[in-house]
Amino acid sequence: MTALAARALNGAQTWRVGPISVRFRTRNALVGVGLVIVMVLTAVIVLGLGSFQVSVPDVVRALFGDGPQAVRTVVLKWRLSRVVLAVLIGLALGASGAIFQSLTRNPLGSPDIVGFSTGAYTGAIVAIILIDTGQPAVVSGALVGGLLTAFAVYLLAYRRGVQGFRLIVVGIAVTAMLGSATTYLLLHTELWRAQLAAIWGAGSINGMDWDEVRPIAVMVAVALPVVLVLGRRLATLELGDDAAAGLGVQVEAVRLCLVLFGVALVAVPSALTGPIQFVALAAPHIARALTRGTGALVLPSALVGATVMLVCDAFAQHLFAPMILPVGLVTIVLGGAYLTWLIARQARQELR
Amino acid sequence: MSAEPNPAAEPQGPDRLVADRVSFGYPGYPVGTDLSLVVPAGSFTAIVGPNACGKSTLLRVLSRLLPASSGRVVLDGRAIADYPSLQVARRLGLLPQASIAPEGITVTDLVGRGRFPYQSALRQWSREDERAVDEAMRTTGIGALADRLVDELSGGQRQRVWVAMVLAQQTPLMLLDEPTTFLDIAHQLEVLELLATLNRTGGRTVVAVLHDLNQAARYASRVVAMREGAIVVTGTPQEVFTEALVERIFDLPCRVIDDPVTGTPLIVPDLNRVRGR
Amino acid sequence: MVTTTVTAAASAPSSALRSLTARRRAGVVVSAAVLALLVVGSIAIGANPLPLEVVWAALQNVDPALPEHLIVVEQRVPRTVLALVVGAALGVAGALMQGMTRNPLADPGLLGVSAGASFAMTLAVALLPITSLFGYIWFAFLGAVVATVAVYLLGTGRRGANPLTLTLAGVSLGAVLSGLTLSISLLDARTFRSIRVWESGSLADRGWEIIGPVAGFIVVGLLFAAGAARGLNAVALGDDLAVALGADARRTRLYVVIAVTLLCGAATAAMGPAWFVGLMVPHVARWICGPDQRWIIGLCALLGPALILAADVLGRVLVRPDELQAGLVTAFLGAPVLIALVRRSRARAL
Repeated sequence: MTALAARALNGAQTWRVGPISVRFRTRNALVGVGLVIVMVLTAVIVLGLGSFQVSVPDVVRALFGDGPQAVRTVVLKWRLSRVVLAVLIGLALGASGAIFQSLTRNPLGSPDIVGFSTGAYTGAIVAIILIDTGQPAVVSGALVGGLLTAFAVYLLAYRRGVQGFRLIVVGIAVTAMLGSATTYLLLHTELWRAQLAAIWGAGSINGMDWDEVRPIAVMVAVALPVVLVLGRRLATLELGDDAAAGLGVQVEAVRLCLVLFGVALVAVPSALTGPIQFVALAAPHIARALTRGTGALVLPSALVGATVMLVCDAFAQHLFAPMILPVGLVTIVLGGAYLTWLIARQARQELR
Repeated sequence: MSAEPNPAAEPQGPDRLVADRVSFGYPGYPVGTDLSLVVPAGSFTAIVGPNACGKSTLLRVLSRLLPASSGRVVLDGRAIADYPSLQVARRLGLLPQASIAPEGITVTDLVGRGRFPYQSALRQWSREDERAVDEAMRTTGIGALADRLVDELSGGQRQRVWVAMVLAQQTPLMLLDEPTTFLDIAHQLEVLELLATLNRTGGRTVVAVLHDLNQAARYASRVVAMREGAIVVTGTPQEVFTEALVERIFDLPCRVIDDPVTGTPLIVPDLNRVRGR
Repeated sequence: MVTTTVTAAASAPSSALRSLTARRRAGVVVSAAVLALLVVGSIAIGANPLPLEVVWAALQNVDPALPEHLIVVEQRVPRTVLALVVGAALGVAGALMQGMTRNPLADPGLLGVSAGASFAMTLAVALLPITSLFGYIWFAFLGAVVATVAVYLLGTGRRGANPLTLTLAGVSLGAVLSGLTLSISLLDARTFRSIRVWESGSLADRGWEIIGPVAGFIVVGLLFAAGAARGLNAVALGDDLAVALGADARRTRLYVVIAVTLLCGAATAAMGPAWFVGLMVPHVARWICGPDQRWIIGLCALLGPALILAADVLGRVLVRPDELQAGLVTAFLGAPVLIALVRRSRARAL
């Protein structure tokens, strides 16, 4: 690549129309477009896979409302909901992960600092043990458990305001207690219940369709734009609280808003599907490696998250067909493997 | 947005920034009590004092970073707490002590961050933004570093980038907390000369916490000397930098002569001197 | 040009140092005393209430015919020793990790130790016909070592181990391994059951044939930790300053990784994953004695066993005649302490 092209790639574009001006980094835009293309391709392929095989052209035709009724039913009614679900969840997790890594200024920062995921898991287990394994019971248990935990962590960390470090440490402490409680409960219940709980805990979108898409779509449609709009303020916060305040950012209010929406973005999916944790941690790092950019990179992380979820769900469904794996397992293994590869490549570059 | 009055063009009251009997501190740890301070428009005020006297904290109160527990800070005739934060940011620029450069950011990008108070979702990078950044980088002499990563710069270069960021904010009032940190002597003077020019010809009001007394004497038109959370004396460098006052405030026996170049007070430590002469 | 000198009212810096040293000494003495008490308690108290004279008699002169004596000598004493060794290992490993990564949220499992141990253990249980705990434990240890070496190699660039990269490598590799572990255990009910028990962190039923070698590895690990301690103080200040102070950052990091591998690997193999101890104990140590790594490591070697012993004793007593695994109780003991600590002080990062 010529030096000129390299500079152009790493540079920024500004488009102006009258008083309106929009600016973006060329590379970020290219990466975003690339990810969308990968997602569309994967979606089209996945929609054709299964016990009822549909060829790619037929899938495309069905998506446009054409083609035989049977094909359209399979693609649009049964399978499309899962693809849309995977994308939405991935967007939410990726964005949330980027926010928390930026806010905590810690590469291990994750939306689970208030312990919501662990609380949801404990709540779900309690429901599975005490009530039954049906979805309403589990989801309610997860929501109640998660919200109670987040609330408790926030209260415990509150002392004339919530300082980032204190919040994280309290979150870790509460998470540890809940984890132990969970292990104890799983040890003293029937094996089959424990296994079901473990599967739920891994995070799965099996058996979900348009009913589940609705609440998640609403959450993403509301929270994601808010978070993106706050993106400039998030970037300014990275300069340090003093500099950001000096530039006119209302530091505490913005932080609280970002934490609330960031947690909400993972809360709704987690309660429904079980915690799918690694995406929120890995997506921002992968986004950074791809764009070689700086800052929070909320939108790129969201797109990476969506791509990862879609690809992982494809694997989860079809790798060991007809057995369907919990997608959370696949995200952990594949996401972790990809991140490991990125790190290894970086290490080799340094050693050369 | 463009109908906003330009704060620099507003009729200047005599005082840009006033602290009216402010008390401030941290929970369980009061720093200053009942301080009053006036920053006249167009002045170059230096705040000096020994370590831990509260000068940085005072600056934070003046810039609304730290709310005063009693009393009020008045900016351009209005209580600073009454302004929306973005409005304050267009009138008052701050160079804090501890800022973090995001990993992998270029110099141009970091200077561009100073335009935040003027930007919005639909105005992400206007021509004024570009011009302001160019001018700020030219004035601080970092144009050659434009595409470099801030992480790779020396301490002195990095400091100039931060000063450029505050310049890009294009505020009529500039508050700087120890702007000469990490700079070698030539660059220290460069920054101070720059501030002086901005003050004299650009009409900007400058308030700087300085640790070097002679630099303060040379460049400031007003000096505020603090000690242990209280303002000891305010006045011109000639009025403040007397042997008695310097010894009292800094525990530093000295002699004060006229700077042979500028004629301003030059403080020469004289440790052999008997105290309290 | 004159630069003003620091002229705050002359406070005696030496008196501040003296009070810090006094605080440190007091901390060590108190911790040692508490630990001694807990050791006594661990031998005297158990799920089966035994009168003290019997316990004392058993310690002095074992009568193999008496079941009470056997309980004391074959269960409680080994258990206590194991708790001491494992607790010291986890505490010190945690202190080393937090010092090296300069991240107060680091725990010894971050290098992939727990995940590696769990994975190897699961694989062994699923694939091999070994049924005794003794057999599996060596796989766990092997898994821990292999995982850590892999993470170290991944996280090491030209200039030696980079804390950030190490952390990320540990997290990502750990995630892969834990995902695989969960997959395997979900596929086979027997594996699931065995792993569940091991992961609850039990100190019971481990005989001297396990404790001996485990203790051996841990002692070697502690030696490496001692060797790294001084250098770690300098490394905590940053690589440049470390070199300026004459510390060899590369060698220190290498020692730390070796130490953490041995310590955490052996402890996890013996007791199951117990990351919280390694996370929490250094914070308490730091609160008592300040940021000097040597003192922190030393104090962690006392506080770690104290926490685990306390948890184990409580576990024996709370649900008599059953037992709660020590690993489960540690979180409930340690978490409130950590929360109280963090609420109290202005958060000190390192």
